[in-house]
Amino acid sequence: MDEPALAAAIAANRFGLGARPGELARMGSDARGWLTAQLNGGAPRLQGSELRSSADILSQALELRRERRDARAGGSAPNADAAVVMKIAQLYRPVYVDETSARIREALTTDRPFIERLTYFWTNHFAVSVDKVAVLGLAGSFEREAIRPHVLGNFTDLLLASTRHPAMLLYLDNQVSVGPNSLLAQRAARRASERRFGINENLAREILELQTLGVAGGYTQADVTSFAQVITGWSIGAENLGHLTSGVPGQFVFRPEMHEPGAQLILGKRYAQDGAEQGVAVLRDLAQRPAAANFIATKLARHFIADEPPPQAVAHLARVFHDSSGDLPSVYRALIGLKECWAQALAKFKTPGEYIISSLRGLQIPQNYADKARTSFALLGQRIYAPGSPAGWPDRSADWDGSSAVMKRIEWADALGQKIGAHQDAAQLAPQWLGAGMSAATHTSVARAASGAQALTLLLSAPEFMRR
Amino acid sequence: MRAIKRREFLTGAALATGSALFTSRIAFAGSATRPRFVFVILRGALDGLTAVPPYADPNYARLRGEVAIAAPGASGGALRLDGLFGLHPSLAFLSECFTAEELVVFHAMASPYRERSHFDGQDVLENGCARAHAVQTGWINRALAALPPEPSARRGELGIALGQNVPLVMRGPAPVASWSPSHLAALDEDTLQRIADLYSTDPVLSQRLADALSTESAADTSASEAMLGAGEENSPAQLLARRNEPKARGGAPYKEIIHATASFLKSADGPRVAVFDAMGWDTHANEGGALGQLAARLAGLDAGLRTLKEDLGPVWRDTVVMIATEFGRTAAVNGTRGTDHGTAAAAFLVGGAVHGGRVIADWPGLSDHALYQGRDLAPTMNMHAALKGVLADHLAVPTRALDTAVFPDSAGVKPLQGLVRA
Repeated sequence: MDEPALAAAIAANRFGLGARPGELARMGSDARGWLTAQLNGGAPRLQGSELRSSADILSQALELRRERRDARAGGSAPNADAAVVMKIAQLYRPVYVDETSARIREALTTDRPFIERLTYFWTNHFAVSVDKVAVLGLAGSFEREAIRPHVLGNFTDLLLASTRHPAMLLYLDNQVSVGPNSLLAQRAARRASERRFGINENLAREILELQTLGVAGGYTQADVTSFAQVITGWSIGAENLGHLTSGVPGQFVFRPEMHEPGAQLILGKRYAQDGAEQGVAVLRDLAQRPAAANFIATKLARHFIADEPPPQAVAHLARVFHDSSGDLPSVYRALIGLKECWAQALAKFKTPGEYIISSLRGLQIPQNYADKARTSFALLGQRIYAPGSPAGWPDRSADWDGSSAVMKRIEWADALGQKIGAHQDAAQLAPQWLGAGMSAATHTSVARAASGAQALTLLLSAPEFMRR
Repeated sequence: MRAIKRREFLTGAALATGSALFTSRIAFAGSATRPRFVFVILRGALDGLTAVPPYADPNYARLRGEVAIAAPGASGGALRLDGLFGLHPSLAFLSECFTAEELVVFHAMASPYRERSHFDGQDVLENGCARAHAVQTGWINRALAALPPEPSARRGELGIALGQNVPLVMRGPAPVASWSPSHLAALDEDTLQRIADLYSTDPVLSQRLADALSTESAADTSASEAMLGAGEENSPAQLLARRNEPKARGGAPYKEIIHATASFLKSADGPRVAVFDAMGWDTHANEGGALGQLAARLAGLDAGLRTLKEDLGPVWRDTVVMIATEFGRTAAVNGTRGTDHGTAAAAFLVGGAVHGGRVIADWPGLSDHALYQGRDLAPTMNMHAALKGVLADHLAVPTRALDTAVFPDSAGVKPLQGLVRA
């Protein structure tokens, strides 16, 4: 087989979002160059005047909650709780629609699809999930504000931005975590208040387990507890807690009165810094630990090479990550340079999201289709920004290729074929999507289809289009 | 009628491809005594001390403060099980099952896992081993593989996962199906045939397609049986008819899964073992007590189980449902009126075939020195003992397989006897 032509198909499908017609031809014989060129320049930002900052959205939600408190204090509205939850959902839902539509539009048209894929990878690594209504209106701005600016930067900055973002703080409950010896807790104790203050270890544990060291990264329960105390006070402006309302509404704020005073011991190192600097120091150290390099390298290799990635490939990526102190473009270049990435074609089963985007990109679906496409993600089992847990979406074939999932994908392909197949030439599209990766069986099957609709269904159902 | 056409297609496809894609089957009339087993995974770590409050433990109210469930008889109090334990007041159906001696409640139970990661905890809950990621298959699948072939089961598929994909507990050498409600139209036979041809050299996709069609056909079969029969309310055909109804967030899809589980288990030549998930138990903040977040989740679970019993009708008699979670939560409430990741938890065994009306627990107590690592309910019972007992007595999985293949190196873990009615 023609090696450079096959490399183009691999670049577009494994590293990109699927080929748009003409993309493989533009790549020519320099698939690696096509990928590395995308690393130049700042990371793309989403366009759209409708896109609002998280602080803007969140301050509006906080205003609704303040109305509830006032109503409750006045004793006038017994259903105020339910009403405010509904109002917040009403506020958040259109925001979610705008954000996901903008994200899909970008995916369908971008000429830097590799950067978009990397963005998705990191959003999934620092996962928040909109099945918790508190982040329904914030997941999109989280990706735009915390992930995109650092996708072509340094891992440490990515970690710091994610940890400080209101979406992450809310998703893992840190905004109300209070040091047991903090000023706030002491004050409450003096007043013999009924309210007991203390830590919530959710965010601290998931940063260690899922975002930096990995579950086998060598930390203990004591490290989790200490780290949770370190990040007490990392909160959100105007979130009301014991009448604390400092900070800019909806933005990250450090609240000294909630912070556990004193030094903490984490992974054998003593952290004696004051205030928020203590947490920043811990996060910086975590990002630099060999366990983190290994954990990130494994996830990247699993995502771009194979479900069980070759150990030498992982080791190489980990070394580059560590030696460059988490410089992400260096790691991406190392990834592109790995021969393993180009050896095993079609080792990965596309996730539903990858499948949908590659279909619509290949068909050059008009941008106003993005709104309708959003529901396809839920239908095929991967509602956008809803992985359901802080671990993010899973990344092995067995997680996605269940019989019911495969059947739904085929049914979705058929629905699309019925709808637009008559106006498409699938036989002409097939080589533009799959290039040298197209099998003879697919070529024949598409060519001999009974109708335009059926031809498109068959192309979308082809084994080499289900995988990447 | 689409159901019939699809079944014709299956036969036609077997002839046309001449492959092992679709093997013929023998339709067995009524096999009402076949045992059924359902495993419900509560992902996220259920708080056993709220679901099954040890209301009479002297330390319980102290540790739980304002969210402690009160003793039976008090307002919002527990539903009495015995002198120590009660059920959360949301669990009305389970309480009725207890009275009918169809519910066993386990407490202070844990899998072999002793750390506090959800994801490793769930891995151990599903892989049946002593540690996470030890194998890539699940204990239910390996138990199915150890059963003698059953001619009445369609294509030998004894297990079904309700969901688009198959969870680890159901993955492995035995063929299993997965099913989830479809909101898309079915393909015409010719297109389907061409796709089957296109997949003929792809072992994974051809197997998936065959499984999907077989499952779909099973759903169609029980639907047409239902139409000919007593006019049951929850056949897959009616499920499909309801597919465009508005769905409450998180509520209705769960109900659809329950209805489908019952439909599949009732089918004479359908699967005997079903698995599904219920999400949303990770109550780190504002967990609530008699009312609140967790109470609402428990009420949803309880209502789903009641629906399962109603849908199963006479088959409930042959059914055992195990409801388990990856680990428990901290004994004390945390600083945000919730609970963090813990160790031992409660689990439930319910069904018409369960020898119930009992709480099985070697209660370690909740005093400071009794807590595991000073913070969690201590584990005193190995979940594998209960599972081995159920698999041996209910599904007749051979002891040797249970000790080696199903729960590797577990000969030292004796099965709990007498969980199932003789």
